[in-house]
Amino acid sequence: MAYSDKVLDHYNQPRNVGSLSKDDPNVGTGVVGAPECGDVMKLQIKVNAQGVIEDARFKTFGCGSAIASSSLATEWVKGKTVAEAATLRNTDIVQELNLPPIKIHCSVLAEDAIRAALADYKAKQDAATKSEV
Amino acid sequence: MAVKLPIYMDNHATTAVDPRVLEAMLPYFTEIYGNAASRTHVFGRQAEEAVDLARHQIAQAIGATTDKEVVFTSGATESDNLAIKGAAHMLRDKGDHLITLATEHKAVLDSFSALEREGFRVTYLPVDTLGIVSMEALAAAITPQTLLVAIMAVNNEIGVVQPLAEIGQLCHERGVLFFCDAAQAVGKIPLDVEAMHIDLLAMSAHKMYGPKGIGALYVRRKNPRVRLEPILHGGGHERGLRSGTLAVPMIVAMGKAAELARLELHDESQRLLALRNRLWTGLKSRLDHIYLNGHEDFRTPGNLNVSFAYVEGESMLMGIADIAVSSGSACTSASLEPSYVLKALGVGDELAHTSIRFGIGRFNTEEEIDYTIERVVEVANRLRDMSPLWEMVQEGIDLSTVSWSGH
Ligand SMILES: Cc1ncc(COP(=O)(O)O)c(C=O)c1O
Repeated sequence: MAYSDKVLDHYNQPRNVGSLSKDDPNVGTGVVGAPECGDVMKLQIKVNAQGVIEDARFKTFGCGSAIASSSLATEWVKGKTVAEAATLRNTDIVQELNLPPIKIHCSVLAEDAIRAALADYKAKQDAATKSEV
Repeated sequence: MAVKLPIYMDNHATTAVDPRVLEAMLPYFTEIYGNAASRTHVFGRQAEEAVDLARHQIAQAIGATTDKEVVFTSGATESDNLAIKGAAHMLRDKGDHLITLATEHKAVLDSFSALEREGFRVTYLPVDTLGIVSMEALAAAITPQTLLVAIMAVNNEIGVVQPLAEIGQLCHERGVLFFCDAAQAVGKIPLDVEAMHIDLLAMSAHKMYGPKGIGALYVRRKNPRVRLEPILHGGGHERGLRSGTLAVPMIVAMGKAAELARLELHDESQRLLALRNRLWTGLKSRLDHIYLNGHEDFRTPGNLNVSFAYVEGESMLMGIADIAVSSGSACTSASLEPSYVLKALGVGDELAHTSIRFGIGRFNTEEEIDYTIERVVEVANRLRDMSPLWEMVQEGIDLSTVSWSGH
């Protein structure tokens, strides 16, 4: 299989690999996929007081396209507001990375990971507001 | 000494043509180019003589009693089809049951599926966790309706060798034909169709340093005489079993390849085994959580199939791009299913996705092995640092207790 230059670039120089503290109330963590399916992505966002994603990290078990999709996803969500990040679509990833049809599921997984991280962040915030009341 | 890149270590997929084989075949393109069936002139007779020699070389490599038992085909796929369908169709009045193994090559499994659609019944025997057939299960599966048992000599993914002599003995006693796909076996392990009671045996030149597109089927002539219904009809070549003008240069090449395989089997096995052990020891001493797939001893010297837990196979292939190996990961197949062979051994999907097959061959060197160890260790570590599964395991989380979202 021939990989696009952009997939190769993200695979060779992945952006934002690593982890943020799961217990930080301002960090949202999304883990999607399953080892039996051959790909698992963990994507984390750190949101500041203005609701802007100031940092993002990922770790991915999966093929080169899965690694590239999650790397790109972290790059894209950084600097966006929570609301903006929620509008990212897998098709944007497909286009940017020039993914072939059999690799589209990698982009879907990356979109799922962003959503899961946002949902986790929101749940933490909701829990915090509730306990303040 | 710097190694020359890229390195080819995928010798189960195919092999380079040995220069001695190439040299042997070349005159048959431009000098001795007659049709081997043209007995009336010297061009044809010389071609026929060359084919006769090749047939002899192949017969010798597998211990066949007479050269006539070797039928040329286009490769092991055709030999598999001809043996399985040819025998079933010839014997259909005698029974309707066939037996094979879950880990066979697709050329065998798909031939059986075709027969199932015609009404034959097929038993797919399981293998144990090391990839070996159970003799008890085989004995129990044979019924008076059974026509043929098809069990491969060497598996193409895990290099595991089946107990051929025992299988042959059992089939012979029970009066069923034993067909053996030996595409991955010729030149890798000793083969003797007489001692092993093999009735039909498929071979392929490109797996033994010969060219692609030529193969052979051994068809026993005595005790018992095996009769097959041909698939290709036409001019009646190969005693009617396989019509079509003989591909003389390719046949000459396959003969030479078989001769080299026979003469060099012993030394080559020793050399490849030393290289394989060097690779396996090197990887094991530097990486944790890696697992050998298939039996460690009953396997061909050049095969090493390893699961690198928490490192997805295709991402490994990408990282070691200057070393040609293959993976049982779904991502490398069109079906998005991980290897059915590893599945049959009970290897979980999560480990099947991390498997890498190293196929060490005649032209690999110690330097290449050492380079491969360095690269694989480096890439495995890099990818594990990037792997959420590795992180969880380091944190002491048991992955089997995690509820995954799937997709
Ligand atoms: C065990 C086995 N059988 C059959 C084949 C098919 O051989 P060929 O490529 O000569 O058709 C192969 C090669 O892929 C093989 O490994």
